[in-house]
Amino acid sequence: MALMIPDVMLAPLNPLANWVRANSLWPMPFATACCGIELMATGASKHDIARFGAEVMRFSPRQCDLMIVAGRVVMKMLPVLQRIWMQMPEPKWCVSMGACASSGGVFDTYAVVQGIDRFIPVDMYVPGCPPRPEQLIQAIIDLQDKIKATGTLQGVEFGKRTEHMGPLANVEMPGDFAKSRRVSLN
Amino acid sequence: MLNEYRYCNMPFDIIADAVKAKFVDVSTSEFRDNRRLHVPPAQAYDVLKTLKEQYGFNMLFELTAADYLKYPNATDRFGVVYGLLNMTTGERIYVRTFLNEPDLTLPSTFSLWKGANWLEREVYDMYGIVFAGHPDLRRILLPEMFTSFPLRKDYPLRGRGERHNFPVITRAES
Repeated sequence: MALMIPDVMLAPLNPLANWVRANSLWPMPFATACCGIELMATGASKHDIARFGAEVMRFSPRQCDLMIVAGRVVMKMLPVLQRIWMQMPEPKWCVSMGACASSGGVFDTYAVVQGIDRFIPVDMYVPGCPPRPEQLIQAIIDLQDKIKATGTLQGVEFGKRTEHMGPLANVEMPGDFAKSRRVSLN
Repeated sequence: MLNEYRYCNMPFDIIADAVKAKFVDVSTSEFRDNRRLHVPPAQAYDVLKTLKEQYGFNMLFELTAADYLKYPNATDRFGVVYGLLNMTTGERIYVRTFLNEPDLTLPSTFSLWKGANWLEREVYDMYGIVFAGHPDLRRILLPEMFTSFPLRKDYPLRGRGERHNFPVITRAES
């Protein structure tokens, strides 16, 4: 029995838009430590995140919509991280890969930021030191589920998210020590 | 051939005696093949210059410091160590000098060895020891806004909040 396909179909376009977004994530590899090696392995032929549409590593934040922070972020690097995040166009997502990016890991010292989620929004956390490529792939799959559950065709909600996003009102630039809300340097 | 070069080193005793004859306050110590000259900071530059120009120590392979705060039996706060290498004979010698607050100033050895440039900047960055006459003495590793000297022993390991002194980028979700 042949499958009956009607001439006219009515379906919402939001899932289609989300399906497209979820399956063409373009990662920004912010790799600062050994997690970056696992990130490279994830992109290479054995694990191959091309199977999930996320193989197009772009080194320009303007062309990315998924920031993968792989490795520890020191206080000198954090303004760079924030600037790159600000340069990425919406819709955009962030994966915090590994113990160091998520919590500082074993590097509980004066120079290492104890978790990037203190300063930029994070969608997925990947545990591990460093995580296996399978874990990163699982995070991308979970992120795809999250993307598929949110968002509309017009993407107005991302515009609203952008309105909420940004440095605090009293801070002019990422990394502006003088106007930051935290304790002052001494 | 290599051994011949090793044996034609000028013995450490000869160098040490000559330097001690010229600079009265210099003392020496030795541990295995680690030969050290202990020099007061006021004479450090002259001793280093003598070692370079008269004894052929034409390379500064190391310049570092140590904080002896709360160190057992230590009498001085900071020790600055110059590691010198004679590239002809392969001979090495260490020159140590000790500094105390508030006068944490040493003459720069950039005029003797160009390699001292970044090494002195690093010591300044980590310990706050000022090298007078340095052509460009600013922080080399830490951000310029940093005001502490983190390898000092009275500086807490986790810092004084500098690492989290940043604006927070938020958004409506996550």
